[in-house]
Amino acid sequence: MAFAPFLIPLTALLLSLALFGVFVSLAGADALAVYHSIYRGAFGTWFSWQNTLVSAAPLMLTALCTALPARLGLIVIGGEGAMVLGGLAAALTGLVLIDANAWLALTGMALAAMLAGGLLIGLVGWLRHSRNVNETISSLLFNYISIAILSFLVIGMLRDPETLNKPSTHHIGETHMLGALGETSIHWGFAYGVIACVILWLLYKRTTFGFAVDMIGGNVRAARLSGLSVGRNIFLVCLMGGAAAGLAGMVEVAAVHGRANTSLNAGYGYEGILIAFAARHHPLAIIPMAILFGGIRAASGLMQRDHDLPDATGLVLQGMIFILLLASEAVFARLALNKGFKA
Amino acid sequence: MNGEESQWLTVLIAVLGGAIRVGTPFLFVSLGECLTEKSGRINLGLEGNLIMGAMAGYGVAWITGSAWLGVLAAGATGVVLGFVHALLCQQPRVNDIAVGIALMILGTGLAFFIGKPLIQPTAPHLPALHLGAWSDNPALRAALEINALFIVGVLLAPAMAWFFRSSRWGLAIRTVGESDDAARAMGLNVNLVRMLATMAGGFLAGVGGAFLSLYYPGGWSEGLSSGQGLMAVALVIFARWDPMRCLYASLLFGGAGALGPSLQAVGVTSGYYLFNAAPYVLTLILMIAASSTKVRSGMPGSLAAR
Repeated sequence: MAFAPFLIPLTALLLSLALFGVFVSLAGADALAVYHSIYRGAFGTWFSWQNTLVSAAPLMLTALCTALPARLGLIVIGGEGAMVLGGLAAALTGLVLIDANAWLALTGMALAAMLAGGLLIGLVGWLRHSRNVNETISSLLFNYISIAILSFLVIGMLRDPETLNKPSTHHIGETHMLGALGETSIHWGFAYGVIACVILWLLYKRTTFGFAVDMIGGNVRAARLSGLSVGRNIFLVCLMGGAAAGLAGMVEVAAVHGRANTSLNAGYGYEGILIAFAARHHPLAIIPMAILFGGIRAASGLMQRDHDLPDATGLVLQGMIFILLLASEAVFARLALNKGFKA
Repeated sequence: MNGEESQWLTVLIAVLGGAIRVGTPFLFVSLGECLTEKSGRINLGLEGNLIMGAMAGYGVAWITGSAWLGVLAAGATGVVLGFVHALLCQQPRVNDIAVGIALMILGTGLAFFIGKPLIQPTAPHLPALHLGAWSDNPALRAALEINALFIVGVLLAPAMAWFFRSSRWGLAIRTVGESDDAARAMGLNVNLVRMLATMAGGFLAGVGGAFLSLYYPGGWSEGLSSGQGLMAVALVIFARWDPMRCLYASLLFGGAGALGPSLQAVGVTSGYYLFNAAPYVLTLILMIAASSTKVRSGMPGSLAAR
């Protein structure tokens, strides 16, 4: 079953596209035309490719927030909250450093965002280890709390009075925005995402730290008996996952909006959970999965306009993919069990 | 009575009334989750059941003109989602938390998709009992408008406690929740018991959703639920898997959820968003306080084993 890591997501994807086709047909749209719109909006032209990669940038980073702790057997779904706090911290730092040079300001923003997101998810890990607080629930609660803090601050004391329709912080300054890669419209956030995935893959694959993490994920008692500090490793892994999601917030602020506002809370964190599972929590596999889902995100506007479908269409497709992904994992596991060897 | 004092009294009454109104969906979802978890499985997808229930309940009530048929339809969608959850979870190597998240996304998406044409029309509301008719304080009268579903929920909690304690089926669910092996030794079909418990739990969560759209806040919109289905999972842990404690905890959460709007009603608006976060902060504090590194009392054995 060496092909299982590729075969499972592929099967699930094809099945869910078929199911989605049936669904939109029932809703009165032409399924083939909908597929064509998705393809055109996601990968059909260089213009749509650029949109896809721009959407994929934060998705890679939020997926890491779920994928890294998953190696320890923890299911953290706090990417949305870490991203929101990261974006808020980045905007604040950007405003403090508004007179500094651009390089210093961007570095400061990135570090502040990673620290904010990292501490949030680090706290989730620490609570899990020291108080046995379920990490899934606590990270979810932190999502809501983070969004409340963001709304409170951008509507209150941090609000730029000129932002009427969407209350936001002041602008971090056009010269301090994260630039594009060469002549494209793809910003540097995409490179951040790819680099983060590669570095974390190397860390897991090639270092004793990665070995320790796999050992704790495999058998906590054995890890403890061989002298590993379980609590410290849980905290560090969660810290890194949260830092990645925090950086996603910085990317959205510094490359897209220029301000922190409730646009930070656009579901990237929740989509990251799905991507992490689709990539089977493998940091390198996150890159193509994030591009795929970034494509669906980029195409959803076109799909809705061309076929008069509701906004939630993309969400339905995501839900179908997630369900069928888990179902295909189960079917493959069954086949493997029947054949008498492990998947 | 001076103005300042009566203002705080208004807030207090509004919070008490809110505890009942806002707490009712919590009550149904947490009882549903309690039933599912007693059988040894966590269903994080009840948020999806809640939103689907709210949509289906509203739609059916609007088409048929009967709010109670809406409640039944909401429960039925919950049963279907519970069935999917149970079917996936009983497969090898499938994590129940992941299935829950997937069903939450799918349920929310489907509800928003199908419910799009339901934003405009007005469906009949569920009836309420005016228990405050004796008082001439309008705030108190409003607070004591008790919905019939709340009363059903209040009766359901002790009934479920009795069911777990004294009935054959309750014993079967507890045994399955405690240990797969013990249950098999008793001749119970573990997967079947868990599936029935998840479907029944899904029914209750769907009914909780119907309360949202057919009574309070009322109407169908995409912002109707704000994570009540997920918070119910935390609530069950806090309630230590005891239906009666689920009832008390739901009222507490309802009160916390009503704090922001109640303060806004008397003109305290500055911290509106922070007060809205009160239930989440409360959940977190309670979870930290209620948990320890030891296995919690009342926790089903197969949940503690992982």
